[in-house]
Amino acid sequence: MTKNKVRIQNAVTYGMVVLFWVVIQIMDRTGHLTSLFKGLLVPLCMYAILAVSLNLTVGILGELSLGHAGFMCLGAFSGAFLTNCLETAVPSMGLRFFMALILGAVVAGIFGLLIGIPVLRLKGDYLAIVTLAFGEIIKNLINVLYVGRDVNGFHFSMKDTTSLGMDKETGVVLIKGAQGITGTPRAATFTIGILLLLLTLFIVLNLIHSRAGRAIMSIRDNRIAAESIGINITKYKLMAFSISAALAGMAGVLYAHSLSTLQASSNNFGYNKSILILVFVVLGGLGNMRGSIIAAMLLTALPELLRGLNDYRMLIYAVVLIVMTIFNSSPKAIEIRSMVLSRIRGGAKKEVA
Amino acid sequence: MKKALALGMAVVMAASLTACGGSGSTTTTTAASSETTAAAADTTAAAAEDTTAAAEEAPAESAGGTLKIGVIGPLTGPAAAYGQGVRNAVELAVNEVNAAGGIGDGIMIEMNAQDDEHDAQKSVNAYNTLKDWGVQMIIGSVTSAPCIAVAAETEVDNMFQITPSGSAVECVAPDNVFRVCFADPDQGAAAAQYIGEHQLATDVAIIYDSSTEYSTGIREAFVEEAANQGLNIVADEAFTADNATDFSVQLTKAKDAGATLVFCPFYYQEASIVLSQADSMGYDPIFFGVDGMDGILTVENFDTSLAEGVMLLTPFSATEESSKAFTDAYVAAYGETPNQFAADAYDAVYAIKAAVEKSGVTPDMSVSDICEAMKTAMTEITIDGLTGAGMTWNAAGEPNKAPKAAMIVDGVYVMQ
Repeated sequence: MTKNKVRIQNAVTYGMVVLFWVVIQIMDRTGHLTSLFKGLLVPLCMYAILAVSLNLTVGILGELSLGHAGFMCLGAFSGAFLTNCLETAVPSMGLRFFMALILGAVVAGIFGLLIGIPVLRLKGDYLAIVTLAFGEIIKNLINVLYVGRDVNGFHFSMKDTTSLGMDKETGVVLIKGAQGITGTPRAATFTIGILLLLLTLFIVLNLIHSRAGRAIMSIRDNRIAAESIGINITKYKLMAFSISAALAGMAGVLYAHSLSTLQASSNNFGYNKSILILVFVVLGGLGNMRGSIIAAMLLTALPELLRGLNDYRMLIYAVVLIVMTIFNSSPKAIEIRSMVLSRIRGGAKKEVA
Repeated sequence: MKKALALGMAVVMAASLTACGGSGSTTTTTAASSETTAAAADTTAAAAEDTTAAAEEAPAESAGGTLKIGVIGPLTGPAAAYGQGVRNAVELAVNEVNAAGGIGDGIMIEMNAQDDEHDAQKSVNAYNTLKDWGVQMIIGSVTSAPCIAVAAETEVDNMFQITPSGSAVECVAPDNVFRVCFADPDQGAAAAQYIGEHQLATDVAIIYDSSTEYSTGIREAFVEEAANQGLNIVADEAFTADNATDFSVQLTKAKDAGATLVFCPFYYQEASIVLSQADSMGYDPIFFGVDGMDGILTVENFDTSLAEGVMLLTPFSATEESSKAFTDAYVAAYGETPNQFAADAYDAVYAIKAAVEKSGVTPDMSVSDICEAMKTAMTEITIDGLTGAGMTWNAAGEPNKAPKAAMIVDGVYVMQ
């Protein structure tokens, strides 16, 4: 692709997100937005960020990671922990949320780097298995983690709240094992979500089209050839993996600040969540950021918008998933699609002529 | 050409996204109206059975207006049994109330149940769906973590909420939220007190699920209270939701430590495995469960004779004389024995009825005004429900009722 085309492609992607924001704002002002859809806006942004960030690992780096929910979990807990910790020290909720976003991204990024060093020596299936295990370990560790604070400072325990041994009067339990963190202020708004999505797109798209991005893609396409021309494989792999993890951590902070309860349950951060994000990426197209956003938003909104169908909605969701996969990837479907497209184009050309 | 195509595609995609937003409202309205028709049909059915003239008229035509009550709970997924029980019991109670002429001066109740799949995020979505429907009061969420998330939302809207079974302490933290069941710590403390007072055992083992807030909350309170009751905790073993299929390690430790009572603060599916495995290793202590144990007799492919002698702290027994009318009606309507969640939900509807009558709220008042009036009225009412006689509530939203323990004898609960 020429430089010009790349610019236009990227502009379309950013434009789509901004257009989505504008349309929602107009609908909100004119009162056309239902409460249900209003509540869905932050999760939509969150899943779009997760899908774009995972696409960096799966689509651009070409490594199958099944531990994305683990990074999200790390970000969510470190961010919510910070927000609750600094409740008295930093009264401004916006500032605390901003700090939480940075901390969540940094913590998840550091873990991404640490996990990446041993893990990226593996390839294909093995990498998938290890990242899957990593996600589960994070989830289970947080499930037994108790953290409290009193006048003497912080107390940690892996057993229960009583073994924290806190001062009775000033002691506050911040992380309560399986009960997680409750009472996080709901600072996440749709506008912040869209801004974070734009930031994610900016980071990922710029990385892809930079020198580093081309190096990363060359590793994906042919590792030996890339090594032979002197590309530092470990460095670029780690770079992509930790950026992907950091962005997932940021999405986690957004999640933690959209609900007043945060628990490291299998439902929230289990491997099913990792696979769900992977489904968004695969359906949207490997390496296709715009597709990831659309797939993530459609598949997140769909089960909620189908509530009217009661129990059938789960069935329809599955059917839509199958149809979308066939439409996107089946050779026959692609053939039909290109045929239809060329007819439309042909027709247009004739008109011009 | 390609540029134009790409731009066109982008516009179409963005439009399809907005179309989703637009169609959201239509879908919800259809949902609401179909639910309403279903509710109306049910009412007519109930009326036909009762042959009472009062309920023949559709709820919407009543003189006192229609109060819209939303139910949120897991209707699908692993916790579906609880949500369905709650939905059915609310439906049953609503039909009864409507058939008997409604609340006070003929206020009819209309209900709408939404699924949350036992997920906090989905529970908030369910609440938002109900808001689009025009809900005025919430019964739910059924499970703890979703309930905490929804309570934070209802607090902002100042909408009256009563949870039948959200037992975590934080569920009723906002002052617009009340609950019917006991809080987790109360259950744990009550269990320890019961064991201590009745001198069931001195050497006690605990097996608990460290991955659920329900189980850890009860265990913690139990351990604290056990010291006061002179109970000796000889084994304290955890499992998680991911390895809840084999309990032989935990049971062996309990057996080796000489525990004569095993406290099991978790749900009945796991409990059925614990009982089977204890039986196969020839270990026969007293198993003492809490309200999550309720349902043990309904587990498929489980030899219910193994549950003989199991004790559980439950506020409700389907075989009790006082709950016979409810159980019969429930079995007739839904073909299964109601569990404790259903009983809690049934009581929730009657608590709402009593509080509405006490405060004199009418459906045409704003949600916030209804909530303010209900908050005061809830602390003034006393109801004799299925889960306890003379139930009262304090301003914090906690119920005040006596804990009851049951023992399984010959396949039925016998209240102790």
